[in-house]
Order: sequence, then C-alpha cells, then structure tokens
Amino acid sequence: MKLIPLAPAIILIGIFLAGPIIWSFYGSFTNAALTGPNAKNPEWIGLENYTTLFADPLFPQSLLLTVVFVLVSAVIGQNFLGLGLALLMQRAHKAVAAVVGVCVVAAWVLPEIVAAFVAYAFFFRDGTLNQITGFAGLPAVDWLFEHPMLAIILANIWRGTAFSMMVYQAALNDVPKEITEAAEIDGAGGAKTLVFVTVPMIRRSIATNLMLITLQTLAVFTLIYVMTAGGPTNRSTTLPIMAYEEAFRYSDIGYGTAIAVVMLIIGAAFSLAYIRLLRERKPS
Amino acid sequence: MSGPVSSTTTTAAPPDSQRSRSVRQGARSLRRGAASWSASVVLAVIALCFVVPLSWLVLASFDAEATYETALPASFSLANFTAILTPEQTFVPLWNSFILSGGSAALTVIAAVLAAYPLSRFNTRFNRPFLYTVLFGTCLPITAIMVPVYSLFVQLNLLDSLAATTFFLAATSLPMAIWMTKNFMDSVPVSLEEAAWVDGASAMKALWHIVVPLMRPGLGVVFIFVFIQAWGNFFVPFILLFSQENQPAAVSIFRFFGQFGTVAYGQLAAFSILYALPVIVLYILVSRVFGGSFAMSGALKG
Repeated sequence: MKLIPLAPAIILIGIFLAGPIIWSFYGSFTNAALTGPNAKNPEWIGLENYTTLFADPLFPQSLLLTVVFVLVSAVIGQNFLGLGLALLMQRAHKAVAAVVGVCVVAAWVLPEIVAAFVAYAFFFRDGTLNQITGFAGLPAVDWLFEHPMLAIILANIWRGTAFSMMVYQAALNDVPKEITEAAEIDGAGGAKTLVFVTVPMIRRSIATNLMLITLQTLAVFTLIYVMTAGGPTNRSTTLPIMAYEEAFRYSDIGYGTAIAVVMLIIGAAFSLAYIRLLRERKPS
Repeated sequence: MSGPVSSTTTTAAPPDSQRSRSVRQGARSLRRGAASWSASVVLAVIALCFVVPLSWLVLASFDAEATYETALPASFSLANFTAILTPEQTFVPLWNSFILSGGSAALTVIAAVLAAYPLSRFNTRFNRPFLYTVLFGTCLPITAIMVPVYSLFVQLNLLDSLAATTFFLAATSLPMAIWMTKNFMDSVPVSLEEAAWVDGASAMKALWHIVVPLMRPGLGVVFIFVFIQAWGNFFVPFILLFSQENQPAAVSIFRFFGQFGTVAYGQLAAFSILYALPVIVLYILVSRVFGGSFAMSGALKG
C-alpha cells in the first residue's frame, strides 16, 4: 500500500524506457523494416543481424571512432581542460574567474542543435577558423572534410568542458585550504601539491566525472550529425550515427536495433561501474 | 587592478593563524600575486577560444549580409529577426517546444514527487534496488534506444503525436528527477509530518500540504532542469515527430538549415538566438536564485 505513489513513475518508465530496452533485444533478432510488409509484421531471423554486424567492416571502424571520440574529447579533453580551468580559477582574480566561467558555460547552456550550427560555422571552409589561420598566413583547410574527427572532437570539447569544470570547482571547494597550504610550506611545489595532495583528495569526483562524461559523449548524436553527418565516406561515423543511418536511411530497423543493443551493453557496463563507485562512497 | 595587492584577499591567512607565520605568508602572497596574474592571463586566453565561435552567432544575427565568417555587420540590422518572425517559421515551432518542455517537466515533477515520497519516508526492502535501478536508467544513453522507441511508437500508432512524445520525454528525465527529488525531500525534516499524522492527516495530505511547500526551491530546480533538457532535445522529436505543424523549434531549425542554411546564414543565426534565449534565461535564473552548487548538489550527491 505504501508503494502506491510509485505507480505513475513505474508506469511511465516501464512503457517508455524499460519497454523499448527489452524490445530492442527482441527486435535485434528480427528483420523489422522502416516501411513495407516487414514494418508491421517483422519475422524472426535469429542471429542474422549480429552476424552481418560483425562481418560489416563499418562496425569495427565505427567502434574505433567512437572509442577515439570518447577518449580524446571527453576523457582527455573535457576532463583535463575542466580540471585545469577549475584549478586556475582558484588562483586567478575573482572577477576574471567569474567572467571566464560564464564564457565556458555559455557553450554548454545552448541547445545542442544551436551549438552544432555554431561549431559547423566555425569549422566551415569559409568559416571563422580559416579566417583566423588566414590572418596567421596559413592556407585555408576544409576542416569538416579533411579532418572530420578533429573537428567534432574539438567541438565536443568546446561544448562539454563546462560540466567537468563545474564538477571540479565544487570538488576543489571542499578541499581544505590548510592542507594544500601546509604542503606548500613544507616545500612542495605547485605541481607536487597538485599530484600528491589535491588529486588524491578529489579522486572520487574525478571518477564520477569521468564516468558521467564518458556516458554523455558515447551518446552524442546531434553535434556529429549536423557537422559531418558521419562523413565524408563514414570517416566520422560513430555508433549512434551508424545506428541511425542503418535504421532510418537504409530502412533496416532490425539491423539498427542490433547496433543499439551493442551501445546499450557498453552504456550498461559504464553505468554499473558508476553505481559501484557511488555505493563505495556512501556505504550506509 | 595590480596583481600582488588585490590578490591578498584570496590568500588571506585564517584568523586563528599564528603571528610568526604571517611574515612568511606575506612573502608567499607576493609570489602568489604573480601566480594569480599569470593564471588570469591563461584563463582569459582559454575563455577567448570559447567565445570566438559564439561571437559569430551574435554578429551574424544582426547582419543582413552575414556569411560564415565572423565580421562586424556593415550596418546593424534587425532584418533577420523581422524576416523569421512569422507563425510557421517561429511562433508555431516555439509553441510546440513550449508544450513539449512544459508538459514533460510538469509530468516529471508530479510523478517524481509521488515516487520520492515513499522512497524518502518509508524504509522498505524495495527502496534500495529501486533507487539503483533508477540510477542505472539515468546513465543509459537515450540515443541508443531511439531505434527501438521508434518501433514501439509504430506498434502503438503513436508516431507524430505531440502528447506521446511529451510522455516519452517525461519518462526519459524521470530517473534523474526521482533521484534529485528524493535527495531534496530527505532534507525536509520528518518531524513536521509526524505532527500532521498525529492530527489525523493522511500521508498524501501531509505530502501536499507540508512537504511540497517546503521543497519548492528544489522542485523548481527539477522542473527547470527537465524543461531545459526537453527544450534543447533534438534527436527525440526528430525521430518521433514528422509533420511540420507538430515539430518543435529544434527540428524546424534543422529543416531551415537544410533548406536555406546555405543562403540565409543571418536568419539561421537569428532563429537560433530566439530559440536559445529561453533556456539561457532559465539557466541564469537557476544559478542566480538557487545558486549553481545547490542545483549540482541535488543532481550529484549519492
């Protein structure tokens, strides 16, 4: 009786989240299509979607591109830039830190489609980046066409760093000043204090942040879709783009669902690791 | 602002520190001053990198002859804004965005408050597994389930329905909302309700008349969080809504980009700004009124 108020939430989550997740495991074993006779009455085809997937040369490539995208733009880019910004902001003048905070957060607050347009305009052949490199006397480069991965990685760092920065600002605020000051009085330099005192003290925030930005970056679709649409010739096709293309452009829902299942399993692994982290922190 | 002097505020010694220390501290604060100055310079350079791409958006929107290059408009003009301020271009999509975001935020807050109450107040064996399942749902990439969700919507004949999409958006933000709401509710003392129970009020009455009014700021944060997320969401309505009269601004702006983006850059920028404005205002509201760390604490604490 006591649990009745949970009903609306459970029904909503059951229908719209748990339902599709469970269905996706079933759907990946069918030949469901976007249109035509297989759209309403898909047939069971067993493991065929998976055997096709593992034989498809695009799959390992997409997987690799996804790993590169997550690793370079989130784990390295957003994470270190965010930590660096938070550390510098502690040291800098208050007013400067506040203004810088607003500048970094601005890219993060924008709706994703607007951020994607802005990034597109920036890296476009006649766009702002080439304008800047032009001032320096460098030849114009078609960034979106010649270096699609670099462009989307930089765009994602630009858009997402604010999150890491805010997590680390909160974490650094909780580090007692006396401890870092004591380390410096004992003769430890800034770098040593950072590595041996500050980082160990905020390691839980680092782990939480890494897990969350990995999950967020794994799911990035709009930014890539608007900037390169996965091209040219699939050179920036990450798993979300591949799933979308197969399901909706090539009308093969069953095959797209199989890719979705792979993404879900990767996401689930990271989610479980994240939850274990939280439980360690709060054993009550 | 000269560096060494103004920086003493940030390195001020704690009031209870010994005298003998303060001499050394003075020397250090001079060194710190230089460090503070260089930190500010580095920060300013990074901030410039973040702002340059955005400056195109603002400048192009006021430039009747905008290109993808960042340039000061030859003449300041509102032509881009007046050109797109038509019902089908701007008002209908923004209205649809408002229905989707407001509707899903309201649904989410109601369902989350109801769900958080037993989770926060009653200790049952069900609580922990439920909360961890919810947290697990918070983390799953929604992008990954859009293909199966499309199939589900086909089976249930819900494609192109604004109401169904609203419910779906509510469901996707519900795990996070339950998590946040429960954390906020935990900080409302139980003793107040116990008094109400003694007076014969039911649990539901106590929830609506005592707990909810006390956690209004927290619920405001949850509502705004969900609203901002739904407002900015592109992929979900892009997959689930296809007729133009149902599409929110996120999708109509993308169609506009596909059709005219290669010619009407200024209008695209103007439309983007109009569409982004509400969430910028809401974000400022959250961080000014409630404090950014308050919102973060609800979302992140375990």
